[in-house]
Amino acid sequence: MNFFDWIWKIISEYYPLFLKGIGNTMLIAIIGTVAGFGIGLLVAIIRTVPEGKNKVANFFMKIVKFVLVAYIEVFRGTPMMIQAAVIYYGIVRGRMDLTVAALIIVSINTGAYMAEIIRGGIISVDVGQTEGAMSLGMTHWQTMVHVVLPQAIRNIMPSVGNEFVVNIKDTSVLNVIGVSELYFQAKSAAGTYYKFFESFVIAAVIYFILTFVTTRILKLLEKKMEGKKNYTIFGSQSDFKSTIHLTEDKAR
Amino acid sequence: MSENIFKISGLTKAFGDNQVLKGIDLEVNQGDVVSIIGSSGSGKSTLLRCINKLEEYDGGTIQYRGEDISNLDLYKYRSKVCMVFQSFNLFNNLNVLKNCVKPQMLVLKRSKQEAEEIAKDYLAKVGMIEYINAKPAQLSGGQKQRVAIARALSMNPDVILFDEPTSALDPEMVGGVLEVMKKLADSGLTMIVVTHEMVFARDVSSKVVFMDKGVVAEEGNPQDIFTNPKNDRTREFLSRMLKEQESQ
Ligand SMILES: Nc1ncnc2c1ncn2[C@@H]1O[C@H](COP(=O)(O)OP(=O)(O)O)[C@@H](O)[C@H]1O
Ligand SMILES: [Mg+2]
Repeated sequence: MNFFDWIWKIISEYYPLFLKGIGNTMLIAIIGTVAGFGIGLLVAIIRTVPEGKNKVANFFMKIVKFVLVAYIEVFRGTPMMIQAAVIYYGIVRGRMDLTVAALIIVSINTGAYMAEIIRGGIISVDVGQTEGAMSLGMTHWQTMVHVVLPQAIRNIMPSVGNEFVVNIKDTSVLNVIGVSELYFQAKSAAGTYYKFFESFVIAAVIYFILTFVTTRILKLLEKKMEGKKNYTIFGSQSDFKSTIHLTEDKAR
Repeated sequence: MSENIFKISGLTKAFGDNQVLKGIDLEVNQGDVVSIIGSSGSGKSTLLRCINKLEEYDGGTIQYRGEDISNLDLYKYRSKVCMVFQSFNLFNNLNVLKNCVKPQMLVLKRSKQEAEEIAKDYLAKVGMIEYINAKPAQLSGGQKQRVAIARALSMNPDVILFDEPTSALDPEMVGGVLEVMKKLADSGLTMIVVTHEMVFARDVSSKVVFMDKGVVAEEGNPQDIFTNPKNDRTREFLSRMLKEQESQ
């Protein structure tokens, strides 16, 4: 049998394995990215809370911020494969469903990267807008939710999409704890006939299709989010020349 | 006598070693239009920012209607003492109408319908009603500043603080914004205006304050300051400014 015969044989015999692998890989990547985004958002918002007047609260916030920085540094500074092994064998120890453990690991790992991406997005929105909001009496929270974050998130959409694509590929390291994602399934399929090369070529093609299609879809979504560039003129009842009357209690 | 709005006494503020405000005393009454003039770096913006509490001050007091502002609810106070900035500071993610509506709903808890009515009213007054669906990025500087003024007015504030509202504008845009500000002054709104527009300071304000190196070097009614300045530094500054603005 030649190379293509083997490819065909492996696919037709083991396609349920590969399909299950694709399913798990995409599930972990999607949920891990979304949950990681949530974690990153929370961490980034907490890290931008300004100091108040209350000394005790400030001290408490300092500790919280220190812990968050430590979290970001540790999870960005070590391989996810090691994180998965440490968390699984050290903390989870079989007391939890493997897929759930995988989701938690990827979410925490992604959260560390997202926190930095989102913080960058927040910083990219000029402080003038924050001051504009504050000067009218809006709170830090209101300013974040209604002014800063919508712009920050739009600015970082390309990076968030990139994290998703990275996650599709990086879930492969979860095979160390035995999660049946795509790489793990390809390895299982290869085992029976000792056809590792053929089986991993199939996996490579599948990974490429997944990331390629995902990238295109994200590009389309980004375009959609940019919104329309024009605006409609509203009526023409401008009375620019009129005098301005303030409400009763202000005018004298 | 009209009611006292601000009584600022001995206000000091330093950034590190840089003593920016060195004991400012200033009184502002209901309906006053106070122009603050002075060279760049003399602490004018810092004074306004302290009044709006965007900046903490080190010493002295600011009383608002007889109450120390450090005892007042920060957010409620700010909604009464709105600020208009040199760089407009509109919310770029929101259209013109929402820029004026959102703060009312969030801070004053007005209903959407009420807030929109009020916002449209003021947007019409500043000549921006046609643009309520536009995003800030689609507007000229002068248009943005007029929206920023409508946004502040929509809060029905007691006072509006203006920090060089026309300094970032192309010359042909300045007139429209000044016209709106003059209308506001005529309507009886209390205003504190940091400005380099000497004609506005002379013709519109009820009081002119000349700041120099962190102190109020001279203050008085515009006629006295412009025709008969007592302080050498005031005289020097005014002749320099008037020369510059005549040559334009
Ligand atoms: N946030 C800040 N940090 C440090 N120095 C500042 C800050 N804001 C203003 N200053 C300094 O304070 C001085 C007065 O500034 P400012 O109040 O902006 O003057 P003006 O508005 O009269 O031009 C300047 O020397 C400026 O460099
Ligand atoms: Mg200034």
